[in-house]
Parts: sequence; C-alpha cells; structure tokens
Amino acid sequence: MRAMVYRGPYKIRVEEKDIPPIEHPNDAIVRVTSAAICGSDLHLYHGMMPDTRVGMTFGHEFVGEVHEVGSSVENLKVGDRVMVPFNIYCGSCYFCARGLYSNCHNVNPNATAVGGIYGYSHTAGGYDGGQAEFVRVPFADVGPTKIPEWMDQEDAVMLTDALPTGYFGAQLGDIEQGDTVVVFGAGPVGLYAAKSSWLMGAGRVIVIDHLEYRLKKAREFAHAETYNFTEYDDIVVEMKKATDHLGADVVIDAVGAEADGNLTQHITSSKFKLQGGSPVALNWGIDSVRKGGTVSVVGAYGPMFSAVKFGDAMNKGLTLRMNQCPVKRQWPRLFEHVRNGYLKPSDIITHRIPLEHIAEGYHIFSAKLDDCIKPIVTTAA
Amino acid sequence: MPYTAERPQPRPTPEELRAKIPGWGVDLDPKDRPAFPREQRGIPTGAHWDFPERQEEKWPRERSIEHKFLTPVFGTSTPPKGVSGAIRKYAYKYSEGRAAHWLLLIGADRVDAWENHLRSFVTLRPDNPITESGVLSEFKNHGMASRWGRKRADTKHQWMDPIIVAGPWLLTGTGVVLALKGITKAVRKARRR
Repeated sequence: MRAMVYRGPYKIRVEEKDIPPIEHPNDAIVRVTSAAICGSDLHLYHGMMPDTRVGMTFGHEFVGEVHEVGSSVENLKVGDRVMVPFNIYCGSCYFCARGLYSNCHNVNPNATAVGGIYGYSHTAGGYDGGQAEFVRVPFADVGPTKIPEWMDQEDAVMLTDALPTGYFGAQLGDIEQGDTVVVFGAGPVGLYAAKSSWLMGAGRVIVIDHLEYRLKKAREFAHAETYNFTEYDDIVVEMKKATDHLGADVVIDAVGAEADGNLTQHITSSKFKLQGGSPVALNWGIDSVRKGGTVSVVGAYGPMFSAVKFGDAMNKGLTLRMNQCPVKRQWPRLFEHVRNGYLKPSDIITHRIPLEHIAEGYHIFSAKLDDCIKPIVTTAA
Repeated sequence: MPYTAERPQPRPTPEELRAKIPGWGVDLDPKDRPAFPREQRGIPTGAHWDFPERQEEKWPRERSIEHKFLTPVFGTSTPPKGVSGAIRKYAYKYSEGRAAHWLLLIGADRVDAWENHLRSFVTLRPDNPITESGVLSEFKNHGMASRWGRKRADTKHQWMDPIIVAGPWLLTGTGVVLALKGITKAVRKARRR
C-alpha cells in the first residue's frame, strides 16, 4: 500500500508499505477513502513531539471502508463505511468507563498522561495513522461508527477530530447565556469552537488570529467579531477595552504548541524544542479572561514543561479546563446539529490533495500558503 | 464597568441572537451538552470484555515505568533500532515526570533522522530534501502572494525553516568536500615524496 512516511523534521514522503495485519482479535483493517491533515500533525512534522520516529505514518482524522476484521469483532463487517474517532480506546478501563475515552489506560504503553492516538508518535502509543491507503483500527467494536447514509464523507472526516474538539472546547468553557467568549486561533478547531459557543448561548463571540483570511472565515462561518493581534500593541489590553475592562467570561485556547505573537516563546518551543509548546495564546487567555472566569484549552501541547503564567491564573481565581476530546461521546449530539443544519463541517475545507502530493500538502498547510485552512488527503485505493 | 456590580454591557436578547444565528442556544441547558458532567458512568461503549485480550508482544516493547505492566493493546509502528533506539530504551528508564525522559527522546529523534538519512544513501531512494519538504509548492501555491503585504506574525521566524531543513545538509556536504580535498591533498603530497 502507499502511505505517508515521516523522514525527519519538515520532511515526509510517500512510500510503499505492507498492508497492516490484524494484531488483536478486536482489530479491523480499514481502507482509507479520505483523511485530513490536522494542525496538531504540524507539531509532529516540525519535530516537536518527543518519540516521533522516522518511518511512522501520521494521520488521526480519516474515514474509510472496512477491509478486514478480527475474530472478536461483532459490530462491523467487511465493506462497512466507517468514521473513526482520533482516540484509540478500549471502552472498559477506569477512564473509559467514565466517558474519558481520550484518557484510556489500556492502549498506550509509552505514556500514562495521554491515551492512544492514530499516527501521533510513540508518546501517543506508537500506532500508524490514516494518511495511507490502509490503517489498523484497534477496538473496532468501540471506536468506529458506520457513517450515516445521509452524511457527506467530508463532513464525516471533520467529525473525527476537528469539529468535536472545537465543540468540546466550548463545552469546557461552561458557557452561560449571554457570556462573552474569546477564542484564540481561527484555525479549524477555533472556527468550530466559535460556532459552537453560539449553540451554548454565548452573547458575544470574539476570534483572535494573525491571519486575515482566517479571520474573514471566522466572520462569515462563525458570525464572530474578529481581532488581528498584529494590528494592536497589546491584544490583552484590547480585550479589556472590548469588554469594558471586565475581561471575557470564557476564553478558549484553540492554538496550542506553535502559537505566534512572542518570538522568544515560539523559537524556544518550535525551533529549539526547549518547551512543550509556546503558550502565548494560553497566557493571553489567562490575562484576557475576567477574574473567576474559565479558560478552556483544546490546543495541543507537548509533554514537556511550558512557561505558563500560573500566578495570574491563581490570583484571578480562574478555572482551567482542558483535555483531548473524547470524540465519540460528542457524536450523537453533533450528528443532530449537522442534520439540522446548525453546523456544516466541510465548509472550512480549502484544499483537497492526492496522497502522492502529501509533502506539498504539509508545506502548504504549515506555511499557510494559498489561504489554507483545512487540507484533505484523498487516496486512490 | 467592573467597578460596579452590574455587567458592563447590554447583551442582545435571545430572540435577536436566534434570528441571526441558526441554532443559537440549542445547547444552552448543560444537560444537552454531551461532555456534561465530565465523568459519567454507564455510557455504552461497545466493549464486551472487562479487561481486553492481550496483543502478542513481538519484541520487548518499551513502556512507561508509570504503567504497572505493558498495556494489552499497543502500536507496532517503527520498533526502536540503532543508536537512536538505544537512546530511546534508556529514556524509558525515567518516568514521564522527569525532564530527562523527554529530552532524551527528543535527542533520539534527531539521531534517528540522521541515521535514516545516511542509511537512505545506500538505497535506491536516497532522501531528497527538495521533494520531501514540499518546498516546490512555494512556486505553485503563491508563496510570495500568501505572505507579501499581509501582517503575518509567522514571517518573523519562517526564514529559519529552510536553515533547519537545508542547513545540516549543507554543513555535511561542505564537510565531505573539505575532507575529500584534504585526503586528495595528502595523497598528492605523499606521492611527491
């Protein structure tokens, strides 16, 4: 089969690999029909995530068709069209039994602080991902779901991570009616978080980024007010002015490890790997939210320490809420919202790239060329 | 203003918001939010086991010492090998709470990249930083227009990326050329004697 393969920081190529075998009775092998490149894949691509090995195939957002099933699989059969949440989880451990699927304890031997994620380094379990023609899907009776007949394939891909994560980010904010919500980051997750904030009753939604084309999308797609932080001397002061000096009720960090806005933070994390991530957006969030407010973090950070302003968070009495999204828990409600027309996930897709050209796809997404917001990878298998 | 008790700004009414935004407030009640409360017992997951059957361990699988045992299911991508593999195995002697664990793994990643680049030169498909970095898309996908005249914060550091990708190659190439020159010079000198 053809698969994307990591060759070191900023370098990937397509290689011929064996079709993955069944390794556990509850495995399925899925023939991938559509995958996405996630903003968090760029952390791997830039060499920021520890234990990212040359030869690994990335990709945790994908849909496809069941090609083979293990002997204990009961809920799927060969030929089923499935969408697969980015979380690999057993469904039975202490954490899964409480709905914390992203924190599963039975799938990641390499780390206890994170569950299993497809194609996301050995720190997330050492599983190859779905930017390939075939992928091994553990716990086939637990994670994947048949794609509803009425659902568009590209909407389904967006439902495997980006949309549920944005929606989850808004939920972590515990938004109350009329709240002012500030979203840092107008990438896919930020756009979905902004849109979801309205569903939860926000009275005002503000999105902050430095890419004007993404802010335009935030205005059109998510009905948000927007601020380009490069146009202001200090975006925190600007947020205070915008809220009559109260601060936002809720802030959502939808940027994560490679935040721009402070060159020192960016270079020490993205270039020299001395931090788990550049916490610029998180620190701005801590300072922009009102006292007693909530900061929701769904942007991804590496496992190393980061220079976060915990003193301000403590002194302001903030609630900090965060997690990797337990995707499947969000699906029933999100399916309703998609079907009712409240959310159209595929509206943010800007690029469709054949697997053979995936190296260019990563560069386009990483360098933000061509007004790229969300690239999809198509396979010819 | 926050200096008095009331909220500083008047908010649009729910009716105004519903008219403007399809679906406004449909998840206003926390009970309609699937992640509320955070921990919930009894959600059907599809699991038909108390503890999953164990996957076969085909090589000594590295694992966090914070785990009691090897998890029943694990990824089998890219087993550790070479010098980088030895560093990785050593890193797993430290817990996730130790900086040494992560710094060793990051170091192993860099060694791994070099091991594989060098190995690729004795294959029919050596690494090609031009195609593998996707940099040719700069010409096809409006590299200049995507940056020029736009107030992008990332242009302050994007110039470093080509150095990160090409720098080690140029340094190695220069080193190889200088070494070859030195060897040739030494051989000629020896012949003259």
